[in-house]
Amino acid sequence: MPDALKHTVFVLAPLVVLFAVAPGVYQNHLLLFNFVIFLILAQGVNIIYGFTGYLPFGYVGFFGAGAYGFAVMVMHLQTPAIVAVLAGGLVGVLLGLLLTPLLRLSGAYFAIANLAASLAVLHLIANPALEGITKGPYGVSLTGTFNPTDAYYAALAVLALTVGGVVYLKNSAFGLALQAVREDAVSASMAGVNVVKMRMIAWLASALVAGLAGGIYAWYVSVFYPDNVFSGEFSIFAIVFALFGGVATIAGPILGVLILYGIYNLIGFTTPQYFQLIYGLLIMGLVLFLPAGLVSLATRRGWHVP
Amino acid sequence: MSPDARPVLNVSKLVKRFGGFHALDGLSFHVAPGEILGLVGPNGSGKTTAINVISGLYAPDGGEVSFDGGSIGGLASHKLVHGGINRTFQVPKPFLSLTVRQNIQVALAYGRARSAPPSMAELLDEYRLREVAERPAADLNSAQQKMLDLTRALATRPRLLLLDELAAGLNPAELDWIAGRIKALAATGMAIIVVEHLMGFIEQITDRVIVLNAGKEIFEGKLAAAVRQREVIEVFLGGEHAA
Repeated sequence: MPDALKHTVFVLAPLVVLFAVAPGVYQNHLLLFNFVIFLILAQGVNIIYGFTGYLPFGYVGFFGAGAYGFAVMVMHLQTPAIVAVLAGGLVGVLLGLLLTPLLRLSGAYFAIANLAASLAVLHLIANPALEGITKGPYGVSLTGTFNPTDAYYAALAVLALTVGGVVYLKNSAFGLALQAVREDAVSASMAGVNVVKMRMIAWLASALVAGLAGGIYAWYVSVFYPDNVFSGEFSIFAIVFALFGGVATIAGPILGVLILYGIYNLIGFTTPQYFQLIYGLLIMGLVLFLPAGLVSLATRRGWHVP
Repeated sequence: MSPDARPVLNVSKLVKRFGGFHALDGLSFHVAPGEILGLVGPNGSGKTTAINVISGLYAPDGGEVSFDGGSIGGLASHKLVHGGINRTFQVPKPFLSLTVRQNIQVALAYGRARSAPPSMAELLDEYRLREVAERPAADLNSAQQKMLDLTRALATRPRLLLLDELAAGLNPAELDWIAGRIKALAATGMAIIVVEHLMGFIEQITDRVIVLNAGKEIFEGKLAAAVRQREVIEVFLGGEHAA
């Protein structure tokens, strides 16, 4: 069996099936929905950080822009929710295009510039002067499209699409070329790779994913404020989950979300002080002993991790 | 090399400045298919800069580089690679976290070799990388990384190959072996430019050398003749030896 098929059958399919049947047996649907959203965002971070080395501290910018793309379509054009979600993805991509000059930066400079860009988008949307379009800081209420069940399955579809994209990256010459660019851009160009174009494709793909996720989030929650959908927690959680599991793999970010977001929900609400302690210790231990993530426990021993 | 072969690369009055410093100051030379040309000169004379400009890392500030009769000055590196130019680096630059095989795969997939590219097996065997094919490039020793750099270049089937100090740090047995390989590549019609400090190696493999000083050629011809030139001795050893 070729690897791409193996990864689809043994990683992508079980994950999607698990979350497709879970609402039937587990009552906290909001929690399941949040899991799916973070799975999407962690894989989106994986695409841009794992495969190209750009750490998107302002990743939430695409998510929030997607949520407001959805809201504007629904409020002003009364489009069906699905169309508005696609518009959210498109807004993510357009914002990505606008921010492509950031790709000239690298390392911490890129991360900070990206964070600043996401804040700029937040304050643009939350500007009272734009109340007529975005409702400014007063938040939006989209009761007309409220349908958590459909929104949940739409999120699942985007998850399947995103993980499918990562399976492709993991098994194609294209993904290999992206990693080559991450390792050494000059050498990659000497292997015939168009460095600028490759970075741009990965950047826009991860922006699309976050924009779609943001649109679906808006659909699901239906009432939100700019600060909710531009919360820095989305960026930080998605990055920490992806790094914890191990980037540039398919399984790493999935493990990261299931374990860390699982712990967060087990102990985060009842005893937040322990949660912060455990989270802090976990992250410190990870940075010190497993900088390449959980999956490196296996890869170090020479085991193959999808 | 047939002396009347048309040059594949023509460099004419090339200028490259970094701030006020003229790294290349009107450099001119050419190289023909199947020829091995040595670029020698003291440190800072512009050898590596010349290679960087020809391979598209820097855009020239003046003069012309033409390849196959077309001007290529300032074109992006990947386009030059597709056109048939490739190089190795003084300090090898493999994709460290990828395996040796994956390193070569990238170049095979994206190099757009004009004729059939060499096979993976051939490259691994000929450059002694078979044993380490599944290991990350970071695990290789420096000689192996140099060979990986070379195979990455060869996978794109270049017609002009630029070797920047490929021989430095190799042991005598490896030197003999790589000299043989470079000559065999030239015999297939590849034009090769070798930047090197090891004069024995230059003597062994080149048909002709260009001696550079301060970004300009000061001699062109056989190495044996170069070492009898007063100006060449002066730039290499200092004025008092040139008497």
